[in-house]
Amino acid sequence: MITFMNSSDSEEEPCNERTSLMSVESPPVPSYQDGLQAPEVVETQTHRKRYTGSSGSSNDVAHGNSDAELLVQDVRLDNEEEELTLKYGAKHVIMLFVPVTLCMIVVVATIKSVRFYTEKNGQLIYTPFSEDTPSVGQRLLNSVLNTLIMISVIVVMTVFLVILYKYRCYKFIHGWLILSSLMLLFLFTYIYLGEVFKTYNVAMDYPTLFFVIWNFGAVGMICIHWKGPLQLQQAYLIMISALMALVFIKYLPEWSAWVILGAISIYDLMAVLCPKGPLRMLVETAQERNEPIFPALIYSSAVMWTVGMAKPDTASRGLSQQTWDSAEDMRENHESPSHLDSEISETRNPAPSHPTASSLEELEEEERGVKLGLGDFIFYSVLVGKAAATASGDWNTTLACFVAILIGLCLTLLLLAVFKKALPALPISITFGLVFYFSTDNLVRPFMDTLASHQLYI
Amino acid sequence: MALAVFFGCTFIAFGPALGLFLLTVARDPLRIIILIAGAFFWLVSLLLSSLIWFIAVKSSDPRDAPLQKGLLIFGVMFSVLLQEAFRFLYYKLLRKAIEGLVALSEDGCSPLSIQQMAYVAGLGFGLMSGAFSMINLLADSLGPGTVGIHGDSQLYFLTSAFMTMVLIFLHTFWGILFFHGCETRHWWEIVAVVLTHLLVSGLTFFNPLYVSSLVPAYLLMVATAAWAYLLSGGSAQNLRRFLLCLRSGTTPQLGS
Repeated sequence: MITFMNSSDSEEEPCNERTSLMSVESPPVPSYQDGLQAPEVVETQTHRKRYTGSSGSSNDVAHGNSDAELLVQDVRLDNEEEELTLKYGAKHVIMLFVPVTLCMIVVVATIKSVRFYTEKNGQLIYTPFSEDTPSVGQRLLNSVLNTLIMISVIVVMTVFLVILYKYRCYKFIHGWLILSSLMLLFLFTYIYLGEVFKTYNVAMDYPTLFFVIWNFGAVGMICIHWKGPLQLQQAYLIMISALMALVFIKYLPEWSAWVILGAISIYDLMAVLCPKGPLRMLVETAQERNEPIFPALIYSSAVMWTVGMAKPDTASRGLSQQTWDSAEDMRENHESPSHLDSEISETRNPAPSHPTASSLEELEEEERGVKLGLGDFIFYSVLVGKAAATASGDWNTTLACFVAILIGLCLTLLLLAVFKKALPALPISITFGLVFYFSTDNLVRPFMDTLASHQLYI
Repeated sequence: MALAVFFGCTFIAFGPALGLFLLTVARDPLRIIILIAGAFFWLVSLLLSSLIWFIAVKSSDPRDAPLQKGLLIFGVMFSVLLQEAFRFLYYKLLRKAIEGLVALSEDGCSPLSIQQMAYVAGLGFGLMSGAFSMINLLADSLGPGTVGIHGDSQLYFLTSAFMTMVLIFLHTFWGILFFHGCETRHWWEIVAVVLTHLLVSGLTFFNPLYVSSLVPAYLLMVATAAWAYLLSGGSAQNLRRFLLCLRSGTTPQLGS
């Protein structure tokens, strides 16, 4: 029974496991080598992880920043089989809609009920400028400066991660990841539980709390970094993304948060599409090495993919489309900036052909899923959470941002299907989200309020 | 107030739509996408109409009550027209999508017909419209308060819920009618949709005289439902067979 999603054991995964795919089509990848000539489809998974690296602060607080990058997989594309594109593409879109929706629901529910996350209790060291200034111009300037600092830290961390990856410091990266997920699963969960209990006035004793958190955290570490049931792993990844997003929502001042969201999307766009962008370099390095990716920072809806038999010739074959979105941003609340890269890669894989021709063409069922970087989850949830927190108690704004983000995700996946190369996942969704937030909050809300007060319906 | 009102109004307003969603849309990823895209189109139309209204209000005298009322009426009508315009745009988009799906499919037919898309698109419009009308009310109903303490109607939540429900249904049926009219070039169907939408919205101006807004809306809903049913291939015979649980082509038997 296939219950395990072994995304942690990337090193042991067979090369042709299609848990994530990415195709870099437009620029011919020079790293394609042997094995790609064979009729067998070679799918390699390369996972690049980028670490934002621990900042210089050597405080007691552990730092965990990790950036998971793309999961790159080179596949030989079979362009004849485009039929199933849309059908599988739709399924993959829904496979992404559901976790993104769940994460947003958790974040919005927490924001609306637990007051802690909307209180202003200081700022991160990466946004040192305060927004408590009386003049609008000064406030704007401060938020832009905060954004600049944040983005530059992210860029530095990304480059650091690329260097680490290039020089094969895997142990360092691995340790970093474990440290950051430890922090998330234990410390942040403890804080979150504490605040929830305070909100609902639940009496709790320390032994019980310790027991619960220990189990939660230990199972989480095992599920995420090693083996575990797929759905449990997905649930844990959604939870840590939500926790991270809540931290951001709490500690980023208002205007800075919006400017940072915008700037992150632009950076993502550049990092993925520019030839010298760090993400692109990571992709290519990973492709060259045909390496599996570090686990724990990618949400995966894939299950074990079983290679099916298929006709050896490249006639119509079921193509599975896999959408890959990898962006990882893990951030500790007091620490290092996180870098977020989103990338969506989608690729079609022709079924691997075995020498034996079978008369039946077995289309691989959609066992193969999609992967999405946790950073995307986090920033989508930050946008919706901020909308829920600051939109004057209006639920319409939250709903509008939610729909906008989902449509952006859909469009991004569609673009992937069209362009078949790595594309960033953040820009379209965040742009739509921002546009809808500001317009709904300022334009639609007065209109709907007026309509509601007269009980008019449109 | 509180939970009873909250759950009651939620299920009145969204219960049927939720049932429709779970039974017909939730299984198929393509339909979910079309639903959400329909919601998005409705949202964009609302955005544009709010923009126009906002500009009009800001450039007018806020103390002039009749003027504000007139601007509100204008805003509502303009919003309705814009919604229908966006429904037409969505129809165009879905037509293109069907051509793409047909081109990509193995057997030359698209996995979703335009009628199914019309239904899902209408449902998307309706859900978003209902959500925007109702969600703030529902959130407020959770808290403490007395409805109508200042002399307004005490049935505010209940009637809002019923109005939302009828609007969701109406949007669904309008979607079917509209797309059918566009497909077969029966312009009167499109005009009928626009006019009935304007009528229903205009009737809400009679609130809180609910008998003059809710009852006609429900009657219109029944009429549009029948029309949409007939256009989708239904007939009295189909209905009879469905009610008697018959399979098509067999003679009627009880307890089959």
